[in-house]
Amino acid sequence: MGKRMGMEVAMAVAEAVGLCNIDMAAVYPITPQSHIAEHLSDLVANGEVDAEFVTVESEHSAMSAVIGASGTGARSYTATSSQGLMYMHELLPIASAMRLPITMAIANRAVSGPLNILNDHSDIMPQRDSGWISIFVENGQEAIDMSIIAFKIAEHQDVMLPVNINIDGFQLTHMVEPFEMPSQEEVNKFLPPFVPHATLHPAKPVTMGAFAMSDYFPEIMKAKDEALKNSKKVVVDVFNEWGKMFGRNYKLVETYKTDDAEVIMLTMGSMGETAQMAIDQLRAKGIKAGLVKLRLWRPFPFEEIKAVIKNAKKLIVTDRAISFGGPGGPVFSEIKSAMYAETQRPLIYNYIYGLGGRDVPVGDFIGMFERVIADTANQLADTYEFWGVRE
Amino acid sequence: MALKTWKELPIGCVVSEPGSASEYHTGSWRSQRPVWDNQKCIKCGICYVFCPEGCVQQMEDGFFQADMDYCKGCGICAHECWPRAIKMIEEG
Repeated sequence: MGKRMGMEVAMAVAEAVGLCNIDMAAVYPITPQSHIAEHLSDLVANGEVDAEFVTVESEHSAMSAVIGASGTGARSYTATSSQGLMYMHELLPIASAMRLPITMAIANRAVSGPLNILNDHSDIMPQRDSGWISIFVENGQEAIDMSIIAFKIAEHQDVMLPVNINIDGFQLTHMVEPFEMPSQEEVNKFLPPFVPHATLHPAKPVTMGAFAMSDYFPEIMKAKDEALKNSKKVVVDVFNEWGKMFGRNYKLVETYKTDDAEVIMLTMGSMGETAQMAIDQLRAKGIKAGLVKLRLWRPFPFEEIKAVIKNAKKLIVTDRAISFGGPGGPVFSEIKSAMYAETQRPLIYNYIYGLGGRDVPVGDFIGMFERVIADTANQLADTYEFWGVRE
Repeated sequence: MALKTWKELPIGCVVSEPGSASEYHTGSWRSQRPVWDNQKCIKCGICYVFCPEGCVQQMEDGFFQADMDYCKGCGICAHECWPRAIKMIEEG
């Protein structure tokens, strides 16, 4: 049986990773991820986790080290945030092209400039096309569960792709929350040993990450795209397996009161919990409001999203990042393109909000609903607005 | 050799045959070729040392030649050859 306990979420993530029989971790500390790095290194130094903890000099080196280690067949872990993730950027598509099942926690934080250490999603969005499986969590329990689940998805023989788990910085990483920590026996039962698709070993020499010119490059890109798309089925299977074992059921797209909803909001990450309170208050006023929480960002769950939003009259997509000079928020542009060919689809609105850690209380979510419902001439649909920005 | 389809690629494009890079003939990139003037060559081997492709070989008579399957025509041998025994000649 798991144990009910209270702990800071970042430390709990390190504890959960420590249960996963990792062989190595290479983590460079950066706010607000640092407590994952510090606590995991404590666990290794105290002999509680039997793994190699590589104290690298940068995030570029951290990702390089886990790529190398994973290539030898070691279960490898890293974690980062914001500028650290940006510094890793050039290595992310290499890890996925080499089909190395690395897992990484990202304590989401705004990207400079100006320098800001607080939470938004501007760090993960530029990594969108790196070929990684990308999962968002809403609370501490989910952060713990996904930290364990990620290894099983990544290492599945039909997947063999790296996974990142997005945990809102401070809003989640620095909260002390009550949760259930699975026991070592339970994790051992859930997570089989890592069987790599190939290893770097002198007894059977192979080349990983070889050069490829135009005669092979397009085929390699297609194979990578297919691999990532196909991983969706495994993500569902592993979520179901987790649900059966631990009683906490996860879906690619979570819904709250959407069945009869006329206006639906879509969130990713920790804002979902606040938005959920807004839905309850709106329902109490007789407004048919609903909430969709997108858990799986890549591979994008097209069918699952369509199924839950197609019957709504209006959809409010919320984004915690902006594609400057582009169509609005990255989630918005994804949802719009997903719904383009549908004959039955809601009017789609977009709010860019909570940037650089700007607080978004329940009343703000209610305000977004009210503004969208009041837009009877549909003038605000198909475009975006910054929420709560001083004019 | 027929090129593989995307479905036939090994996972992660792992190359499991050691030394198979030798099947890739980089000589096809060449637009100029090095030609040795053995009247000027003093057999110092600096061309052999500097060739980034490792394709300059010493023959039995002690003079040097490049393996044209792999010589990219970069001209480093000619640049480094201090007795000026190597000239880069345009490929026809």
